[in-house]
Amino acid sequence: MKMQIKNGRLSPYTKNSIISYGLVIGAFVIVSILNSMGMVSSSLQGQLVPICCYIVMAVSLNLVVGISGELSLGHAGFMSAGAYTGIVVSGILETSGLPIYGRLAVAIICGAIVAGVLGFLIGIPVLRLRGDYLAIVTLAFGEIIKNIMNIVYAGKDSHGFHLKTNPDLGLEEGGRMLLNGPMGATQVQRISTFAAGFVLVLITLFVVQNIMNSKQGRAIMACRDNRIAAESIGLNVMKYKLMAFTVSAALAGMGGALFGLNYSTLLPVKFNFNTSVLILVFVVLGGLGNIWGSIIAATILTILPEALRQFADYRMLAYAIVLILVMIFTYSPKIKNFTQGFIDKNFKRKKPTAQTEGGGQV
Amino acid sequence: MSTKLNRDDVIQNTVYDVYENYDESKSTVDEIILPERDKDKDPILDIRGLGIDFGGLTAVDEFTIAIGRTEIAGIIGPNGAGKTTIFNLLTKVYQPTRGTFLFDGVDTSGMTTTQISKMGIARTFQNIRLFDKLTVEENVKAAMHNEVSYGLASGIFHGPKYRKQEKAAHERALELLSIFDMQDMADYQASSLPYGAQRRLEIVRALATNPKVLLLDEPAAGMNPSETAELMNNIRKIRDTFGIAILLIEHDMSLVMNVCEGIAVLNFGRIIAKGTPEEIQNNPAVIEAYLGKKKEAK
Amino acid sequence: MIFLSNLINGLSLGSVYAIIALGYTMVYGISKMLNFAHGDVIMVGAYISFCGTAYLNLPAWASVILAMIVCTALGILIEGLAYRPLRGTGSLAVLITAIGVSYFLQNAALLIWGSAPKVFTSVFDKLGNSISLFDGELTITWEALFTLIAAVIIMVGMTLFTGKTKVGKAMRAVSEDNGAAQLMGINVNSTISMTFAIGSALAAIAGVLLCSSYPALMPTTGAMPGIKAFTAAVFGGIGSIPGAMLGGILIGVIEIFGRAFISSELSDAIVFGVLIIVLLVKPSGLLGKKITEKV
Repeated sequence: MKMQIKNGRLSPYTKNSIISYGLVIGAFVIVSILNSMGMVSSSLQGQLVPICCYIVMAVSLNLVVGISGELSLGHAGFMSAGAYTGIVVSGILETSGLPIYGRLAVAIICGAIVAGVLGFLIGIPVLRLRGDYLAIVTLAFGEIIKNIMNIVYAGKDSHGFHLKTNPDLGLEEGGRMLLNGPMGATQVQRISTFAAGFVLVLITLFVVQNIMNSKQGRAIMACRDNRIAAESIGLNVMKYKLMAFTVSAALAGMGGALFGLNYSTLLPVKFNFNTSVLILVFVVLGGLGNIWGSIIAATILTILPEALRQFADYRMLAYAIVLILVMIFTYSPKIKNFTQGFIDKNFKRKKPTAQTEGGGQV
Repeated sequence: MSTKLNRDDVIQNTVYDVYENYDESKSTVDEIILPERDKDKDPILDIRGLGIDFGGLTAVDEFTIAIGRTEIAGIIGPNGAGKTTIFNLLTKVYQPTRGTFLFDGVDTSGMTTTQISKMGIARTFQNIRLFDKLTVEENVKAAMHNEVSYGLASGIFHGPKYRKQEKAAHERALELLSIFDMQDMADYQASSLPYGAQRRLEIVRALATNPKVLLLDEPAAGMNPSETAELMNNIRKIRDTFGIAILLIEHDMSLVMNVCEGIAVLNFGRIIAKGTPEEIQNNPAVIEAYLGKKKEAK
Repeated sequence: MIFLSNLINGLSLGSVYAIIALGYTMVYGISKMLNFAHGDVIMVGAYISFCGTAYLNLPAWASVILAMIVCTALGILIEGLAYRPLRGTGSLAVLITAIGVSYFLQNAALLIWGSAPKVFTSVFDKLGNSISLFDGELTITWEALFTLIAAVIIMVGMTLFTGKTKVGKAMRAVSEDNGAAQLMGINVNSTISMTFAIGSALAAIAGVLLCSSYPALMPTTGAMPGIKAFTAAVFGGIGSIPGAMLGGILIGVIEIFGRAFISSELSDAIVFGVLIIVLLVKPSGLLGKKITEKV
């Protein structure tokens, strides 16, 4: 990536990108070192891959919600499409002699392609709607994808790959079920690793942050900020919204494939509305359009339920309270004014703004 | 008829009185008038009988004017006369109910806002519409999406094509901003600009689309007299530098009478007069529309 | 006959959705927020009614009133503590807070009542056997009948309330234009509280009716009906009271018919599929107002 230096300082995009990459690389190095010293608890170890997945999910959703400005409540649908594609592809390739990393890479790419195509096809009708209507339709599509996953059965044997909507696949002796309807995927070979997750997070950051700092990103944000003005300068609003939606879905498919290949069994219920909402919570808490915010929020909120284990039965209750309080403290106008006034009074001199510098001439 | 009215008469004349007293025979709608230097060329905008109804209410009707390639023209008229509606028709925010307009000799019937922008009509808005969260420079660069032509792959990988075109776009954005002396504000967030600068940025953004016609919707609204005076110079400067036509809506009569070469006066959606500033100033129908008809002395 | 009995079941389920959707739509209309905790208020209502009859030995009607009182208080409390501080900050922040409230209610219920399903005794239990028609070929349960009747009464009542009473008119004024309503001397805070109170009381009724027909009561009981009712509200045009009613009933009928005649596994997909198609044809729902931005 090329640094952009204007007037002797970094452009805001470059600055934010550096923070994001720094956070991810730093965390990876620290965790790897601690891990080699045996200082990472087994519960945290088990969460490393999910954390990477959720970061990918959150950053990709931020592209739609924060950057493109459309509320999507069906992101888990794309995750599940990626997960099941990844599981099926990996299952088919199990006997192909491909090394594990190669298999994982192929599975993730296939997951991305399937989810991306799905995102494109769903985006065409969905993005004609606006605001809360768009939100409810993404929710509907997410539920439909989950519902369809409930009736998909897949297996393979020496004749090849079978896909049906009933359990009677007619597999021959030695064949193996890959997808089992409402029972989900079973006997999945767990091939996801923390390192793969780390690479995936970097790829996601690279894609999203570079788009933000490009012609496409400007157009996407312009359509978000003022649709009518965007049309008046000739931007094809639909095209750019669809672009953001498709890229986001493809990235979610990647994250989903990694997620799916991290567990030996995976139920379709895992990708219900609650998961979509959970990812949305990461995005909003981290800040709309703020990529490193999404990274931090996804990490903390994935660890939090575990960290609250000492509260035993009360931990999810505590989680809910923390969530409500954090929202009120970050967004409440009264509290914001109060803290801002406090900071201004005690810690910094008044910063000159464009208002005071640039006024006056025409 | 005397053009002098006393104050009481003006106050007594409500909008409805004006409408009742309006006499169509006095309207001076006639043939196309173009500035001398544009006469040998086809007009850039040839608007023919444009009209639109909103659910039975006729907002604009029989709007017919032509604008020369380097003309500065104005549309004036009382509030609610349909001026902004005409801009919305010209940029295809609305599709006309009747009539059409030719742009550079091409019939624009059925075109979309995006297509019109590509052909070369750019506008500003009465209530400012900037991309608030983008920087000033990004606002301008967003409008250059035609010359910045790299695809999504370049956008993701930031290859040589990306770097070359982004550099060119950056330079051109600063050049355009320098028209209004705004190049130093390039990194500010658009919404943080003061009001006047936001209006200027809208004009720069419109220019960045390389228009042949620039539509300005009340560019002097909210400006003080010295700012307005500077704006007048800048409007002429833009016309001279870019060699484009400018059509503006304005309530500030000093600006309109000073910079416009042709003026159309709109009342209740219809043109009641058009001509040069001098002709308009002395046109009885115009005076009547603005001030009301003088009542007969008892 | 199968058709008719499915139709009645569909209308009954749809009536429950409609009552919940009314709460959604009123709250959305007045504060422009998607109150995702609304579904969980239903669950709380059902649990309170359950406790009333099972532990306090209250008669059925008294337990319903108790549930309504508790839910009303809960609704006002949620609005005042969680949503009011965030008013005017954009719908997304409030949406996430609503999700937090939803988690809170579900987990609080989990702690208080446990995760094992409680068997809810229908409030119409005392009425005895269901109505049998056509020599027993068609049976209508008391639950289905009373759910329908309740929905009709609530619908008429709410229409009269918002149309005729002072408080109702204030609600409409606030949902049209918050700021202007305030300038006209309407107390916006108390009007919004009132809306939450009414919505939550309706949710309590919906909870009791829902669990009378489908007796397994769990902390997550309200979640799916909540989403369906939300869908119903959007389907009918969010913000519109008759729209919520129409949307709720249609969603219920479509769901039951889909389950009976097409595929029981795909009934949800069918409901959501129909919603998508309707919204693509009518982007603001069946009875919603189309809002265009002025240029």
